[in-house]
Amino acid sequence: MTLADAFTPGTFVDAFRFMPDHAGLLLSKTAEHIELSFAALGIALVLALPLGLWLGHRHRGLFVAVSVSSLGRALPSVAVIAFGITLLGVGFWNNTAALVVLAVPPILTNAYFAVDGVDANAVEAARGMGLTELQILLRIELPLGLALVVAGVRIAAVFVIATATIAAIAGGGGLGEIIVNQASYGLAGVVAASLCVSALAFLTALALGLVRRAVSPRGVRRA
Amino acid sequence: MRSQAAELVFDEATKQYPGRPEPAVDRLSLTVPAGEICVLVGPSGGGKTTALKLVNRLIPLSSGDIRIDGTSILDLDLVTLRRGIGYVIQQVGLFPHMTVEENIATVPRLLGWSRQRIRERVLELLELVGLDPDHDRRRYPAQLSGGQQQRVGLARALAANPPLMLMDEPFGAIDPIVRARLQEEFLRLQRELGKTVVFVTHDIDEAIKLGDRIAILREGGRLAQYDTPARILAEPADEFVAQFVGADRALKALTLRTLGDLDLRPGTWLPGLPRVPVATTLRDALAVLVAEGHERLIVVDEAGEPLGTATRDDLLA
Repeated sequence: MTLADAFTPGTFVDAFRFMPDHAGLLLSKTAEHIELSFAALGIALVLALPLGLWLGHRHRGLFVAVSVSSLGRALPSVAVIAFGITLLGVGFWNNTAALVVLAVPPILTNAYFAVDGVDANAVEAARGMGLTELQILLRIELPLGLALVVAGVRIAAVFVIATATIAAIAGGGGLGEIIVNQASYGLAGVVAASLCVSALAFLTALALGLVRRAVSPRGVRRA
Repeated sequence: MRSQAAELVFDEATKQYPGRPEPAVDRLSLTVPAGEICVLVGPSGGGKTTALKLVNRLIPLSSGDIRIDGTSILDLDLVTLRRGIGYVIQQVGLFPHMTVEENIATVPRLLGWSRQRIRERVLELLELVGLDPDHDRRRYPAQLSGGQQQRVGLARALAANPPLMLMDEPFGAIDPIVRARLQEEFLRLQRELGKTVVFVTHDIDEAIKLGDRIAILREGGRLAQYDTPARILAEPADEFVAQFVGADRALKALTLRTLGDLDLRPGTWLPGLPRVPVATTLRDALAVLVAEGHERLIVVDEAGEPLGTATRDDLLA
């Protein structure tokens, strides 16, 4: 039996029946999924955000920002996990590392361009008035570029949540465990878990989209 | 604040970029007395803006020195130096995410002034630069015209009452009518505040209008002449200066004086003669005579009352 044979409109009905029947399972796997995704996103933010902002402030290292970004896109996460197993063994940290590799590029690149693109005249005026470099970054460049920074985090978050699914192959838990295990949970379970991943990614994108709007500077939005 | 105005000395100030054959600024030596406007003028490539940015160390000196009231800029902490100098640039560089009030308050905030003092200072400055303190302070830069933005830029630079102002083509991007008005207001402000000002422009007419002294820089950042406008127009140091100030330098010299500077003749107020206000420059008065085909004009005061007459020869004397 191929998947196409098995996949009928009825599958969705079954999937929605699966949800209340296995609410506990889905909730605990969703919680694992969120935990894994947030850990990866958090580490990526700590690594990539200050670096991207500072490189953007110095208008240096464009090469780094761009090549990290294309490397991130070119590197399949499955390969990173497989490679990570040799270094970190099977489990949470191996998967987290793979997801960090995935999340760093959009955060780094967006942070870089957000700051790099701020009006050079405003920055020169600020410097000429005696703001320190850190004050220029925090009071002028970051507020003006914050929407773009958040947009990068949003891309990273959606990537990570979607990709965290494959953590299951290396014992990382999360909703992927249901998705790769049709034998135990049936097609209805697979589809139900997939819907949970989609909903998670969608809600995160929505939430960060609202944040991005909220942090767009007032004076600039009105213009 | 040290004083209202500071003496500024360029002492063999040189900027040499690595890998360039010629320096951008070449052993520039000149003194701007406290309270005077010094205009740096010259063709592009003359190093005017570079010379200006050497003062607040946005560009580091290669050799030589610059002193403000006797203190070398190299002996001052960078941030302290810059907070004591007002800086105005052509593209204004207002912070688009801040209101007019927040923009103007930038340096006072850095200096830790109280809220009350900052608010009072902002209102005072808005009044000073001809903006509406109640209405305009809450607006964002994008809601202002080019002329208004530059007024805010000026107010922001004046906020902490610095003894020295650096102005880099502040009126260069503004249309001619508004520019002329801003120039007038700037001169009025300067009479009131008496700052030491270094003002960069490529426009010799602007230099003549605003400068107490003019420094003409030529290619390679060399000083061609440093003098009062009248002397630069009357006695250009060399062919380069003569060319730069233009073949009409005799006419330009007429813009330096007004009818009020002449010894007027008593006379009869013949009806057909043009009546010209006493504050008119000699050049504009001459233009009136030429346009109306007369030899003589009547000089009137602000109320339109005749003060005396002047002939064409009086204007040109």
